[in-house]
Amino acid sequence: MVRVFIPRDAAALSVGADEVAATFANCIAQRKLDVELVRTGSRGAFFLEPLVEVEVGGKRVGYGPVHASDVPALLDAGVLEGGAHDLALGEVEKLPFFAKQERLTFARCGVIDPFDLSAYGQSGGLAGLRAAQKLKPEEVVQAVTESGLRGRGGAGFPAGIKWKTVLEASGDKKYICCNADEGDSGTFADRMLMEGDPFALLEGMAIAAHAVGASEGLVYIRSEYPHAIAAMNEAVRIWQDAKASPNFTIEIRRGAGAYICGEETSMLESLEGKRGQVRAKPPIPALEGLHGEPTVVNNVLTLAAVPWIVANGAKAYQDFGMGKSRGTQPFQLGGNVKQGGLVEKAFGLTLLELIEEFGGGTLSGRPVRAVQVGGPLGSYLGTDQLATPMDYEAMAGIDAMLGHGGVVVFDDTVDMARQAQFAMEFCAAESCGKCTPCRIGSTRGAEVIGRIREGQDVEANLALVRDLCEVMEGGSLCAMGDLTPQPVLSAINQFPEDFQAGGRA
Amino acid sequence: MTAKPAEISVDVEANIAAICARYGNRSDALIEILHDVQETGGHITRDAIVGIAAALNISRADVFGTLSFYDDFRTEPVAAGMVKLCRAEACQSVGADALAARCDANGIAHETVYCLGNCALGPAAMVDGRLIGRANEEKLASAVRHAKAEG
Ligand SMILES: Cc1cc2nc3c(=O)[nH]c(=O)nc-3n(C[C@H](O)[C@H](O)[C@H](O)COP(=O)(O)O)c2cc1C
Ligand code: SF4
Ligand code: FES
Repeated sequence: MVRVFIPRDAAALSVGADEVAATFANCIAQRKLDVELVRTGSRGAFFLEPLVEVEVGGKRVGYGPVHASDVPALLDAGVLEGGAHDLALGEVEKLPFFAKQERLTFARCGVIDPFDLSAYGQSGGLAGLRAAQKLKPEEVVQAVTESGLRGRGGAGFPAGIKWKTVLEASGDKKYICCNADEGDSGTFADRMLMEGDPFALLEGMAIAAHAVGASEGLVYIRSEYPHAIAAMNEAVRIWQDAKASPNFTIEIRRGAGAYICGEETSMLESLEGKRGQVRAKPPIPALEGLHGEPTVVNNVLTLAAVPWIVANGAKAYQDFGMGKSRGTQPFQLGGNVKQGGLVEKAFGLTLLELIEEFGGGTLSGRPVRAVQVGGPLGSYLGTDQLATPMDYEAMAGIDAMLGHGGVVVFDDTVDMARQAQFAMEFCAAESCGKCTPCRIGSTRGAEVIGRIREGQDVEANLALVRDLCEVMEGGSLCAMGDLTPQPVLSAINQFPEDFQAGGRA
Repeated sequence: MTAKPAEISVDVEANIAAICARYGNRSDALIEILHDVQETGGHITRDAIVGIAAALNISRADVFGTLSFYDDFRTEPVAAGMVKLCRAEACQSVGADALAARCDANGIAHETVYCLGNCALGPAAMVDGRLIGRANEEKLASAVRHAKAEG
């Protein structure tokens, strides 16, 4: 029996993976072939999707991107024995895009059937949870602290310190809330992991629960991710049926189209059935979180990194990375790039390496002009800044941020004044409305940049935008209002020519 | 709002009560409940709001306050085959705005969403829960036809 692997990750589906799988199934039936079709997540080389893999002599050989109409010819060419064809890619893990990666968190994603708990166990899964269960809670917290793991949701707060606070807090009940709101444009790693290796997230949550003494877990997934929601519901059902973490229950909750609900206190409000209005801190969620009880709020990638850390030791994780950014980061390469996708790599590689070596330059073939890193609240960088290593501190050093690891590439047709205006419009549309500078300042900001784009009183209006940014930075309760000036000011500072009269508008 | 025959209202009430009961009538599950109600009825009616408030033992203002905060929830029906078109940065970089303009020109109804998690295969869109990568007018028009045919 030959095994053929076809992804059902949403991105792969978006370019026809289901049609390819259906055609394969038809041909297999017609030709009476002895083939098992396995649906997997995606490995994240989206430029190769739909990527079909065949197991030949214990190795996975790839073909892609495959169109449904290619399937009969592929079978004629003997792909089941790894036969030659124009779409043949050779051994998938040897492709330069994958060979240069360091996959710890995403080791299984795109490789195994995401709902096969025994395949999960056979490929290293559950080792972390078993090891954790033999340790005292404080020893698990210690290991996570020593690994240097920092929150992957954006702020980079040390996970171990947060867990210690929750462990030491007293409460009737404690919660693990996984933040799967992934609202940042240019990011999709949480989605991929939930669809491709959901048990890794559940295992990470179960380890966190053991470490802090939590009995209940919730995963808050944005409604824009119906495939991930379905995958997580299925995975939770299998996990709970197998009693994989008997004293810890997990529930999947949907968001409802509000970017601000990715901010942790807004998410907690939403999980309580309320408007997603940001809470003032203190109290911090670690002490008074969901329903006022001690709560760990961590991003999907933070929690999914934990099983590997506990299974392989804090030191092994520490060995990856640079400075105060330890371990690996799943970088997400998107926008105008030829080879977009997921690149998991130790902190410290440069944007240039990411965009040129992994990304292969722009999709349009035109020169790169600007790169936005860290989502809609992240700075726009110019080509002279692309040699900066991707590490929390180095990025902060150039007034930028890594955020959730999204890297969006723009070619030389981009109008940076328009991008700055969009940053303000986005803030106006997604503000929770609590603070005047964020709610009103952003609306004003978008109008003023509109006037600049029309060439009206450019100098005076630029000064007005800078003033507005200062007010937003000083008078906002959360990073939405506080950081929107980053994309705006970086666009003005790095690309001043686009704001001058007659710019690009 | 148009008046509805009483018997439909009774049905709505029973349906709402059943949905709320699935969540143990817990008010913290309000967003899940609103999603489920909207999935069955296409939008959230005034009757539904009354029913939810009663089942969860909270005020109608609480229910309305929550639903009005979230872009997903609608109090008016929408036509089948509405395209959710991603207008966020990664899709902007590969022509999402131009695609939106061409949709307008070709009578393809669309609404804005910010990021569908398909940023390496933009422009991205979603029709009826189906994700579309490297979207163009042809792909969108065909997805809309498909969605309308399925009702
Ligand atoms: C406007 C805004 C949006 C955010 N969106 C997300 C998000 O989508 N996902 C996420 O994990 N964190 C998001 N965060 C960060 C969270 O507030 C919080 O820091 C994070 O979930 C903590 O988990 P971590 O320490 O594992 O990163 C957002 C913050 C702000 C201010
Ligand atoms: S800064 Fe904006 S989003 Fe954040 S709390 Fe204030 S109004 Fe809400
Ligand atoms: S920015 Fe459009 S799908 Fe992410």
